[in-house]
Amino acid sequence: MPTLSHYLVLSAVLFSIGTAGVFLRRNLIAILLSVEIMLNAVNLTFVAVGRYIGSVEGQIIMFFVMTVAAAEAAIGLAIVIALFRQRETLNPDAFTALKW
Amino acid sequence: MLFYVLGGIAVIASLLVVGQRVPMYSVLLLIVSFIGLAGLYVLLDSPFAAVTQIIVYAGAIMVLFLFVVMLLNAPREEALVRSTLGVSIGGRPLRVGAILALVFLAELLWAFWRAGRTTVDAGEAVASVSSVRQIGVELFTTHAFAFEVTSVLILVAMVGAVALAKRHL
Repeated sequence: MPTLSHYLVLSAVLFSIGTAGVFLRRNLIAILLSVEIMLNAVNLTFVAVGRYIGSVEGQIIMFFVMTVAAAEAAIGLAIVIALFRQRETLNPDAFTALKW
Repeated sequence: MLFYVLGGIAVIASLLVVGQRVPMYSVLLLIVSFIGLAGLYVLLDSPFAAVTQIIVYAGAIMVLFLFVVMLLNAPREEALVRSTLGVSIGGRPLRVGAILALVFLAELLWAFWRAGRTTVDAGEAVASVSSVRQIGVELFTTHAFAFEVTSVLILVAMVGAVALAKRHL
């Protein structure tokens, strides 16, 4: 029987993988995918802790996180499309207009 | 044990998502990772979470990603690891990021070490959390306001996405 600690460690590992993806990848779509991995790791924490304290709140928070993730994906991908039209590349290093 | 199988699927698929250079494969592997997570939600006695995971994430959001990948005809990423590591020796922000990564890694190892010796039993919670009816009642009474605000959020996201994708920046 896996304990709560197992789920929390698994969630931490997934979150770290997502964080590494955000920093290492050089592709805007891959960075958004890594953000989705991180959001899912947090969702797993919420559901596991909710199960542990015997409350449905964890799943309700997961539901809200999911809607926010959907909105984030829609806006993020729209920005990616707009940027790709402008520069014909997905490399985030190519977009330096806001760099000081 | 099922937990290790499903967790292994999720972790390995996520690693491959990050390590993959072709965006299309990344998206498809992320769906595999989500399916592993959905299995974990079933193990956690939360079928509602598992079903929404499959329908909303693997079904809707990933299709959105697939559309964009195919629409942009995204090329292979050029020289991922080499350029990253080459720059990371020089740039100051990247050096700060490397230190931060080491701190997080130490924290994670500490968490592993602690998890090995403390045992919190996830199975001992008595009250059933699997009832979809209970979730619905909670969602539409206690969290009714937040739920309505969510619909406004989705509307804003929809309008914003259309406006952004239409206009030339």
